[in-house]
Parts: sequence; structure tokens; C-alpha cells
Amino acid sequence: MENLANALVVLSNFVIIPALAYGSQLALGALGVTIIVAVLRFSNFAHGELMSFGAMSAVFAVWVLQWLGISIAPLSTALLALPVAIVMTVAIALLTDRFVYRFYRVRKADTVVLLIVSIGVMLAMAGIIRFAIGPDDRVFDDGVRFIISVADFKALTGLKEGLAIRTSQAITIVMAVLCVGFVFWLLKYTRIGKMMRAYSDNEDLALLSGVNPDQIVRWAWVLAATLAAIAGTLYGLDKSFKPIVFQQLLLPIFAAAIVGGLGSPVGAVAGGMIVAFSEIALTYSYKKVATYLLPEALQPDGMLQLLSTNYKYAVSFIILVAVLLVRPNGLFNGRPS
Amino acid sequence: MRTTISAIALSMALAAPVHADEVKLGLLNGFTGPIESVAGNMARASELAIEEINASGLFLGGRKITSVRADSTCIDAAVATAAAERLVHSDKVDVIIGDGCSGSSAAVLQNVAMPNGILMISPAATSPALSTIPDDGLFFRTSPSDARQGEVLATVMIDRGLKEVAITYTNTDYGKGLSDSIKSAFEAKGGKVTLVVPHEDGKGDYSAEVGSLASAGGEALVIAGFLDQGGKGMLQGSLDVGAFDLFVLPDGMIGDSLAEAIGPALDGSFGTTPGSDSDGAVTFAEVLKTVDLVPGPYMAEWYDAVALAAFAMQAAGSTEGALVKEKVFDVANAPGEKIMPGELAKGLKILAEGGKIDYVGASAVELIEPGESAGTFREIEIRGGVTETVSFR
Repeated sequence: MENLANALVVLSNFVIIPALAYGSQLALGALGVTIIVAVLRFSNFAHGELMSFGAMSAVFAVWVLQWLGISIAPLSTALLALPVAIVMTVAIALLTDRFVYRFYRVRKADTVVLLIVSIGVMLAMAGIIRFAIGPDDRVFDDGVRFIISVADFKALTGLKEGLAIRTSQAITIVMAVLCVGFVFWLLKYTRIGKMMRAYSDNEDLALLSGVNPDQIVRWAWVLAATLAAIAGTLYGLDKSFKPIVFQQLLLPIFAAAIVGGLGSPVGAVAGGMIVAFSEIALTYSYKKVATYLLPEALQPDGMLQLLSTNYKYAVSFIILVAVLLVRPNGLFNGRPS
Repeated sequence: MRTTISAIALSMALAAPVHADEVKLGLLNGFTGPIESVAGNMARASELAIEEINASGLFLGGRKITSVRADSTCIDAAVATAAAERLVHSDKVDVIIGDGCSGSSAAVLQNVAMPNGILMISPAATSPALSTIPDDGLFFRTSPSDARQGEVLATVMIDRGLKEVAITYTNTDYGKGLSDSIKSAFEAKGGKVTLVVPHEDGKGDYSAEVGSLASAGGEALVIAGFLDQGGKGMLQGSLDVGAFDLFVLPDGMIGDSLAEAIGPALDGSFGTTPGSDSDGAVTFAEVLKTVDLVPGPYMAEWYDAVALAAFAMQAAGSTEGALVKEKVFDVANAPGEKIMPGELAKGLKILAEGGKIDYVGASAVELIEPGESAGTFREIEIRGGVTETVSFR
């Protein structure tokens, strides 16, 4: 019985909890990407930088709050700074839309053109961020780091293996659930959500029914930027804020959005979890788990690892290719791409 | 129309000679990419040496040195090559100081420096592969090869009684070379390496790598990575899930920001970084203080690379790569008058008068064949959040 408990603890500590937190981070990012695809019909490669911008705004706000001596200990000040980050990110998103994307939208530019434009926006925004805050690594989490640490857990349960839950992981998961719930409620029950879905399904019909396209586009940006700011800040809280990381985060985020089906909010969440769990579970070495579960005679000598961690990044690509082959529109059938 | 053309021609003719007696150095480093947070200060150290040389007015009969920065990105050999091409063909530099990373240095050396006969001095590339690469004698480095660091680090680990360690390395030429040399040196001394896992820099999540290493176990985790990159992610990840609590940190992981970011959990962890107990390091810190800088990773080596290049040119009386390369060993090693940082003017004067110098510099430069620093290392330990020097090896 104790062996089973130990095995479960090892599995939770190294696979389930990290994957859940990482999956939530990806899901929040993918949700923002998917909303832009649904409404504006292009893949926004600048979304990673939008997250970075949100996190940067949060860092600045945290500095101001710390300077003023305001804190909500034991929670991180960053949570208090989040509204500021959201406002700033929404502002920059609306500004880029007004001065960049709108220019191409009124000319009915091709999707590919908008996609390339978004790469330009990504590079410009990356430059602005480095200009404003610099390329350095910044830790801005000043709250209590652990809800339960390995040592506490061992003392509490008397088990041989420990389990750690970081505050930032818990916050990330809770926030992801709240955000996803909010987006679903917004799309399903509010007037603006219904208009967005109508516009997404059939643009001409929606316009004929009196939907104001400018308003829809604006709300899509507000929603996407809010999600980006939350995702970026939570990610920065969990790891640290370093501008270059957000460019790298773009790949798993897009993998998640595409696997779930571009344009489908359920898909974005499911996709984030699928990518995170497969990356971690397929490359985890199950040796320790097996030692607890199997009788002495069957103890493994090897690492019991399906894939070497070198192939971690290949995993999301393989899932991506497999999904595109079998269900080209993604698992949760978004709009045809 | 004709007047416009002749005006342009005239202005070009006038503009050209202004630069004719300038000697140009190209500072090639990863100003964006995984080492972007430290690259700026490295180049700054080089520019400091240039300012010092220019202030003396003694270089090659009063010629000035100017410098151009170019971004190699550290990880993308193609971008690094293009940046070096630009330095050589468009900026017309006489010497390339760089690159800061191993893989890109090899690419630039073979694709740009060798075909054009340009002298190249890297202050921070440490891969053992660069010791054996063909270089027409044009490539030098003021940093030691990691083969040497692996040896030193393995000795430190054995001395501290470690028997079983796991290794993770950043998946670059630097990380791979260092990890291989640590592993072979540690095993040769009777230690056991439980598992070697590479990690990619700048990725979002390192749970999978940490998980494998934790399953393999070991008394300590050796992290051959970068301080503000994946290396830190691996370290933080291992601490969070309680996989390891003792860490062995090679040069790429040493810096004040690390202890700051991680906190007291890092106490007791140890490592090695190039450094010497020579007076040079102290003098260099004073030189830096005049411009409000503090010594950081590889800044001494960047300063020294520029000084070496200038001394070799002074000794050769030329900026031709083929002539200058013959003089690098002469100015770096004994016999001759010892030259400290901040004394570049003195060195230039001795050379101009036909004397000999032995450049010690900020990093105690001592070149060994095939043109790399012999390498003295500082053994450091983190105590109470501060990186303290334990001994020199």
C-alpha cells in the first residue's frame, strides 16, 4: 500500500502536476491565438510577444507597487499588477490593430499577407520590449513559493517520496480554469459573444444582420490581449521573465491550437493539455515508479523511458502531423482552414 | 545632373582618406540570443581596451582603432557567418574579435576568416573541437579549452568526495564539449555518471528533463549550461521537485544573478570559472570601475583579446593577418616585460622601440599550442548567497 502511495507521489510530482501547470500555460496562450484566427482569420505570430509585453507591463507595475510599499503577502504582488498589465496589453494590441492590421484588412489582404505582417509586428514588438526593459532575466515573484514543499510533504505523510506544489502552479491552474470558463460564458451567453461567433461562422450573413465588424474586431483584440497578458504574467511568475523565451513558447502554443482545431476554444484547452502531457509523459523515465510497483524479481535495470528527452520537441510535431493527417481540421473541428 | 554626380564623386573621394589610417576591429558576439544579457558588457570591455589604446596615441605610429559590433546570435552559424562577411567586406575590419560562442566561431573561422586571411581572436569560445580545427594559424583564443575545465572540475568533485553525479548540458557545441570532457575526466578518476541529458535553451518548460535525471539519481547534478537560460531552468526545476539539492556549476553558470534568483537553496553548490589570482584581475576591476562597470563573465578575456590583437599588430608593424598571426605568441608569453591591464600604453611603447613584452592582462594570458589560453580556474563555492573563491587550480 505504501509502495503504491510512493509510486503515485513520484508520478504526480514529476509528471502530473508539472504537465497540468505547463498545459494550462499553453492553453491560455492557445486560446488567444484561436480567438484571433476565428475572428480575424489569420495566425497571429505576434501572440508570443503580446504575452511578453503583458509580462513586462506586470513587471513594471510590480516595481511601482513595491516602491509604494503595497503588497498582498503571502501572495505575489504580480497578481495585484495584473489589471495594469491587461490594460497596457489591450492598449498596445488595439494600437497595432489600428495602425497596422487595419491597413491590410480594409484592403481585403490575403490571409498569408496578414500572417507575414504579424511576423513583422512580432519582431517590432520584440525590439520595443528589449528597448523598454532589456534582455535580462527578471524574477518578480515575491510571494510564498510553495504551497507544499518536498520536505514538508515527507514530514506530513511519512512517505519516502516527496511532492511539491508551487504557489505559481496552483495560481496558473486556477486562473486557466477561470479564464476558460469566462471565455466560454462570453461566447455562449453574451450579445457580443454571439455576434463574434456569428461573424466567425459567416461574415457576410453577420454583416447583413447588422453586426458591426469594427466592434467585433475590437472585442476580439481585447479578449486576446487580456488572455495574453494573463498567460504571460503567469508564465513569468512561474519561471521568470526573460523576453527571448516567449518566442520559443510560440511553437508549442501553435501546436496546441492546431491540434485542438484552430478557431475552437475547447480545442485550444484540450490541445494545450495534450501537448504538455505527451511532452512530459512520453519522455519521463518510469524506473522509480516501477521500483515501487513491481516485486523485487521484476525490478528493471534500464531507465524505462519511451523516448529520450532529446526528442521532447519532436513529440508536439509528431502529434501535429498525426492530427493533420487524420483530422485536418483539428480534434475539435474548428473552422475549416 | 552632372554637378550632382561630380559632387557625389567628390564627396566620396574626400570621405575615403579620412578612414585610411584607422585600424578596424570587428566585435562579433551574440548580442541577441541566449547570451544577450551578458554580451553587451563583454563588448564594452573590448571597447574599453580600444579607448585606452587610442588615448595613448602610440599604436602603429599614431593610428586610431575603431570598432564595429556585429550580432552573431550565438546559436545560428548562418547568421554569424553573414555578420562576419559584413564585417570583412562591408566594414573592412582588419581583425575579428569573437565570436562569443563555440559553434558560431568555428563557422566564422572556416567560412570567413580563413578565406580572407583575417586574424580572429575569440575571447569566449571554449569548445575542445576548436583546438583541432584547421585554422591556417589565424585563430587564437584568450579562453581555455573546456577539455581543461572538465579535468579541473572532475578533480574538484573527487576532492569533495562525490562518487555519483548526473550531468545535464545545453545542447550547443559548448555544452556538448564540456559535458563530454567532464564525463570522461570524472570516470577516469573513478567517479560514476548516472545519466547525461541535454536541454535546449530558452524553452518554456524543463519538467521532462528534470524527471529523467531524478529517476537516474546521483549525489549532485552537474549543469553545463547557461546561467540565465536553460541552465537556470534545470536548476530551479530540480530544486522545486526535490530532485537534487547539490549542484556543480561550470563557468557558464557562474554569476551573481544566479545566487540572487535562486536564493539560499544554492548554498554549498560549487563550481569552476576561468580566473586567476594574478594582480591582473584586481587591476582590471579598477579599470572597469572608472566607467562604472563591475567584472562579469568573460569581460577580462574580451579586454585581453583586443590588447593581444593590438600588441601583435604593433609588433608586426602591420595589420596584415598573415604577418600579425606570427607575433601573437611573442607578445602573449615570456620573455619580456610584464604588462598589466591599464598599462597598454606602456606595452605599445616597448614594442615600438623594438623591445619584448609578456602580456599578462586581466585574465593572466598564457598561450599554449595551438593558440589558446592555458587556463587557470577559480574554484568557487556559494555561501550565504554569495559566490566565494575557494582556491585556484
